[in-house]
Amino acid sequence: MTFMAKPKVAHPELPRNALGLTRRDYEGSNSTLCAGCGHDSITASIVEACWANALQPQNLVKLSGIGCSSKTTAYFVSGAHGFNSVHGRMPSVATGANAANRKLHYIGVSGDGDTLSIGLGQFIHAIRRNLNMVYIIENNGVYGLTKGQFSASADVGTKAKKGEVNSQPPIDPVQLALTLGASFVGRGFSGDKRQLVPLIQAGLRHPGFALIDVLSPCVTFNDHEGSTKSYAYTREHYHAAVEADYVPRAEAIAVDYPAGESLLVPLHDGSQVRLRKLEPAFDTRNRANAYAYIDAKLHEGEYVTGLIHAQDAPEHELHAVNRTAATPLNRMPYERLNPGAATLAKLMARYR
Amino acid sequence: MPPKAAPERVNDFVIKIGTVNGTGSASANGLLMKAVFRSGVPVVGKNYFPSNIQGAPTWYEIRVTRAGYRARAGQVDIMVALNPESYARDLQEVVSGGYFVYDCTWPRPALLRRDDVTVLGVPLARLCNENFQGVRTRILMKNICYAGVLAALCDLDLDVIRGLLAETYAKKPQLVESNMKAIQLGYDYARKAFDCPLPLRVAKLDATKGHIIIDGNTAAGLGCVYAGATVGAWYPITPSTSLMDAYKSFAERLRATPDGRKNYVMIQAEDELASIGMVIGANWNGARAFTATSGPGISLMQEFLGLGYYTETPAVVFDVQRVGPSTGMPTRTQQSDLRSAAYASHGDTRHVCLYPANPEECFYFAATAFDLADRLQTPVLVLSDLDIGMNDWMCPDLKWDENYQPDRGKLLDAEQLSKIDKFWRYYDHDDDGIPQRTLPGVSAKGAWFARGSGHTQYGAYTEDSRDYQIVLDRLRKKWITASRLVPKAIIENSAPIEGEGNGTNELAIVTVGSGDAPVREAIDRLRAQGVAVDYMRVRGFPFGEEVETFLNAHKTSFIVEQNRDAQLRALLLLETGVEKGRMRSILHYNGMPLAAAYVVDGVMAAVQDRARPAAQLVR
Ligand SMILES: Cc1ncc(C[n+]2csc(CCOP(=O)(O)OP(=O)(O)O)c2C)c(N)n1
Ligand code: SF4
Ligand SMILES: [Mg+2]
Repeated sequence: MTFMAKPKVAHPELPRNALGLTRRDYEGSNSTLCAGCGHDSITASIVEACWANALQPQNLVKLSGIGCSSKTTAYFVSGAHGFNSVHGRMPSVATGANAANRKLHYIGVSGDGDTLSIGLGQFIHAIRRNLNMVYIIENNGVYGLTKGQFSASADVGTKAKKGEVNSQPPIDPVQLALTLGASFVGRGFSGDKRQLVPLIQAGLRHPGFALIDVLSPCVTFNDHEGSTKSYAYTREHYHAAVEADYVPRAEAIAVDYPAGESLLVPLHDGSQVRLRKLEPAFDTRNRANAYAYIDAKLHEGEYVTGLIHAQDAPEHELHAVNRTAATPLNRMPYERLNPGAATLAKLMARYR
Repeated sequence: MPPKAAPERVNDFVIKIGTVNGTGSASANGLLMKAVFRSGVPVVGKNYFPSNIQGAPTWYEIRVTRAGYRARAGQVDIMVALNPESYARDLQEVVSGGYFVYDCTWPRPALLRRDDVTVLGVPLARLCNENFQGVRTRILMKNICYAGVLAALCDLDLDVIRGLLAETYAKKPQLVESNMKAIQLGYDYARKAFDCPLPLRVAKLDATKGHIIIDGNTAAGLGCVYAGATVGAWYPITPSTSLMDAYKSFAERLRATPDGRKNYVMIQAEDELASIGMVIGANWNGARAFTATSGPGISLMQEFLGLGYYTETPAVVFDVQRVGPSTGMPTRTQQSDLRSAAYASHGDTRHVCLYPANPEECFYFAATAFDLADRLQTPVLVLSDLDIGMNDWMCPDLKWDENYQPDRGKLLDAEQLSKIDKFWRYYDHDDDGIPQRTLPGVSAKGAWFARGSGHTQYGAYTEDSRDYQIVLDRLRKKWITASRLVPKAIIENSAPIEGEGNGTNELAIVTVGSGDAPVREAIDRLRAQGVAVDYMRVRGFPFGEEVETFLNAHKTSFIVEQNRDAQLRALLLLETGVEKGRMRSILHYNGMPLAAAYVVDGVMAAVQDRARPAAQLVR
């Protein structure tokens, strides 16, 4: 496989965002994934969300581990730096990168294998640090890139392509994140762009760790009869509890929503996510309720989707806790870091 | 019993103090060492401590050395034994003609019997029980009281000691008085009971001016602050932890800002896989980031170090080596990772390594390591060890060059990017194997995709054999550039000895890191025995040209190192064209710092063509 540049033709009639950029400006190189792979649809949603948020391409940083899913960071926003790291360890690279420059937007793309098996420890600790990033799990229940072994998100009773039945209970990243106190937790389906794009838009504005677990069928190894992560099964069993809408700052004032029907979650830059409840029993702000609700639905065999939990003002973000200077550390001039020769000479007295 | 008459050994003897860890003896030991230092007499401190928090035997050794040697002496002249559990073996360790001081509140005449050693009993517990209240205070004061006894025995100036206490407890003057009282108790008792001073005594000199006492981890942490490091990520492991602690406290104090906002981030990672990942992520994003670890951590970092090498991402890793294999002996020293650090990770991976020999080099090599990492765009490992990192060394004052500017290497900014047609991440523009680099957040034109999978010189993914190989071969070229940039080996040729059979270019000793101090001392002793040897200490990997030239110029080079498997020699064999027969190993790996005698023995055995005595297990 060699690198193939995508021809970039700007049609004058293509819609432009606040920066005057079109969606094409947020694309990456050509995908090499299987035709119909759910991951490609998620890539399209990321492109849409970045465009809609009018993000400067170079202000985005893309990080990933290893897997079909992790490859996709090459397929969007080619004007952004990307780091396709090692299997399961993307969170640590993201943590270091974020430590070096708190001003950029960090988006991590991982798989269910990358996150829930080899990378479970780092995933948990990124949540614990409330690292300011969007963390997308492209969840297909299998290891795609190593050809279809069950992953830790495979449901009990789901069938592999060759007939093997999984008997180990799955780890649900959404429930895990909720118990760890994650400040923003959502679930989507690669096939529902309308729901997914606002989730990503809101996640990008959330000033802390934003987890978005996206059910993303693997057409090659996990899209058959008997699989619980196939397109057909997911369409039938996914349960949109809330419909999210991303409301940019400028519009927030203008639009008037009828109270009771919708819930506005303010984001730190003045924009908002508007949640329209489809299920009256569901309350996204209350973590315990959110957990109980999705747990009950899981027992009925349904995946609740939408923005499941968000805190308005998340605490303990890495830099907030550290009280890091506003100037990104990677731009801090050496003069501000060097205590100087005279200070050192004085310091020597302590060691005599 | 008054001490027997022994030949005077002014400013040249060793005191060893055996206590129980967790009982607060560290401050008395530090006090004694500093008292010698402040008397203008060069001194060496070695702490032999257990991998335990409280209740196990622990020793501190103070070598008073007029000649200014920096290694342990390898013998004990005065043993202060405060731990009955180790009395028997402590007594065994005293050199013939030496002294054994113990707490005779509980006399042990039967056990403590050696005809050639003078046993001095001091009722430390009784003195303290009579003069202090409270169990804890009495124990603490007992551990200060012996400092007074030693002051009397070795003729240390009580005013110097009082001055030191006043500085230590500047904010708690009542502690100065109580400590001084305990010291005076011991001092007065010894003066009355024994013929003070002993022939082993301190006489004031003027040989410590312009020097400090510091450990390598403190110096390295300070070096990272001066080098402009802003991100430190680590997972605690002995003996490296104090390096990160030092960085943190220096950064807090020396880089304090008016608004209290920090210009650094310290992250205690969940493990070493994460700490190295953070360091790579931060360096990739343009911060100077580092970690400190030891052998087990290096093992965990392997995959990421390979990623750093192949994506060409800077990183600085301090490896404060300890005894392996596996968990080994965590509080003992060894040069155990020379090989695993050099080739850490799978594939054709190799890493730039620096080998400091003492705390001052730990300090200066910090900036060198960051500069090399940025210039060469690759991980740099600084291999210190427990002996350097955690022991107290007398060093020349640390100085900073006011004109120093970090070398950030070929880092293109927005303006430079605007002037070029297209940015190619892995292209060899300058024929030195070092490509150009850009940072996130600067310009979409400079955007590139770091990946551990095959890539072309333009930065794109590839599985094409030729494209892959172009990059791999360029990395080899970069390695050769690196061999010119790392610190050169220190080479000192000896003058021929008049009338002796051997002269220069016959014998040499080659060593690395903390082998420096004992080998230098050994070379002096060998010369006194009529054997002239040249000296080389390697300081960087890849080895510079001078290393091979030196080895080829000598008939026999003794490679002195502190591991069982001759790791330095293995690297020299692999990385130079020097034939095997020219290099003979002298290996020391029992976990204790190397002493000159061991090296002298090894060389003399070869020179006299006799079998080397079996390695003694010296404690
Ligand atoms: C250390 C290590 N072990 C194993 C692998 C092999 N490997 C590559 S991708 C992968 C699984 C990826 O699964 P997932 O994260 O679910 O991604 P998907 O391909 O399904 O999108 C494995 C085991 C590796 N790259 N590195
Ligand atoms: S193997 Fe599955 S996950 Fe991988 S690209 Fe193909 S469809 Fe997608
Ligand atoms: Mg998967």
